[in-house]
Amino acid sequence: MEAQGDVILKVSNLRVEFSNQPIIENVTFEIKRGVTLAIVGPNGAGKTTLFRALLNLIPYEGKIEWGGKIKIGYVPQILSVRDIPISVKEFLSYKNESVQDMKDVLSSVGLDSETIINKSLATLSGGQMRRVLIAWAIVDKPDVLLFDEPTSGVDLDSEEAIYGMLRKLTAKNKITLLLISHDLHIVREYSDYALALNKCPVFFGESKDVMDPATQKLIYGEAICREYGGDHV
Amino acid sequence: MSEAVLYSLVVGATVGFAAGYLGSIMVLEKMALVGDALSHVALPGLAIGVLLHFNPLVGGFAFLFVSAVLIWHLGRVTKLSFETLVGATFTLALAIGILLFGNNLDALEEALFGDITKVGAIEAAAAVAISVVVIALTRIIYRKIVLGLISEELAISKGISVARNNLLYLLLVSLTVAIGIQITGTLLVGFLVVTPAAAAKTISANMSRYLMLSSIFGAVSAISGVLMSSAFNILPGPLIVISGIVIFVVVIVIRWRKKLTY
Repeated sequence: MEAQGDVILKVSNLRVEFSNQPIIENVTFEIKRGVTLAIVGPNGAGKTTLFRALLNLIPYEGKIEWGGKIKIGYVPQILSVRDIPISVKEFLSYKNESVQDMKDVLSSVGLDSETIINKSLATLSGGQMRRVLIAWAIVDKPDVLLFDEPTSGVDLDSEEAIYGMLRKLTAKNKITLLLISHDLHIVREYSDYALALNKCPVFFGESKDVMDPATQKLIYGEAICREYGGDHV
Repeated sequence: MSEAVLYSLVVGATVGFAAGYLGSIMVLEKMALVGDALSHVALPGLAIGVLLHFNPLVGGFAFLFVSAVLIWHLGRVTKLSFETLVGATFTLALAIGILLFGNNLDALEEALFGDITKVGAIEAAAAVAISVVVIALTRIIYRKIVLGLISEELAISKGISVARNNLLYLLLVSLTVAIGIQITGTLLVGFLVVTPAAAAKTISANMSRYLMLSSIFGAVSAISGVLMSSAFNILPGPLIVISGIVIFVVVIVIRWRKKLTY
């Protein structure tokens, strides 16, 4: 079943369990096309599990409805590319064979496309690697992008620059972005809405409200699963 | 040059090329020892072939095939790595093989170290045909396997069956090992799927160069080993290994001299 209207994703009563232990439960939210939704929460809160369920990689109960025929892009937190002799061009070709598209997208993430396209991934710096990953995420022009920790392993200055770029690119290409982040400051600055998980959703609303001390206590305090007052956005 | 040597060269070149091509995945998967150990599993099959008077290579392949499927299945059920499972089974296979050969030491030596004088037109034609099929099928699954190595989740999210590709890959390794046995023997055939790829990886910044060099190094090792074997009348297996190691050392020196960082 498809979500109606401008809604691109509707999740109802999602529950995922592993060995009879619930990892996440009672997850209900919907988002509209073009927004950026940040998923936040402590380690083990079920953020990556939510992504896996959205991608249909694991069994779940409840309902996940995507709005129409859409292309979903996914960038996992861990990509094992350092030990593979693969050039940037070969890496991007997994998603889009057009060299012109590759060069355009590499330029759009602030890289010198002519020189970097033939470099081995193993020789890139941490910052370059993250930019290549963003290029890789958008080179096949997805409608929705699921990005697990876009800046893990990157210093603070580069983190801001990368999020700024990601916001610009998703706005320009009309991409709905779902990202996982640990940094509430980043979430407030660079996302429209936030979904806080602590086994179950403890907050769903505009990102500017996520810094509220009472909300933070809910997110990082002891997990208490109850009905939450999230609105649809 | 005798016909047997000519046919051995054909087998060496094609099997070396195919083994280098396939082995490039094995080195990326950090399964180098799997290729080496898996080859020993052929020994009981070779012995049964000798005992029952049918082509030992058919018996060798049958054992490799069954073992590959078994190891793949056990890997899925137990979540143990291929390396662990192969490690647990290959010594058993070696022991059974040696027991089955009994006092037939000539046949055991041939199975362990290869014998180019036994290679005929049929074996050469089969090696060419099998190598072509192996390379063609590997080409089809190569990108999928590499994507699975980059991220298994990502591969699955794109509808790629990582387990099915791994099974096909193991079967292709079994086929290549089975035809390689006739020139290198079971003890040394694993070399062809490991060392050429290891050498190629050392000086490759991209996948196409890595694949090409790995295949060429495999073919060159096998051809030079067979030529030396014919010239000095020595078993080909050890000479193929030594040729490959010379290539490996040269490549390491090139990397060191050029200060390559990948």
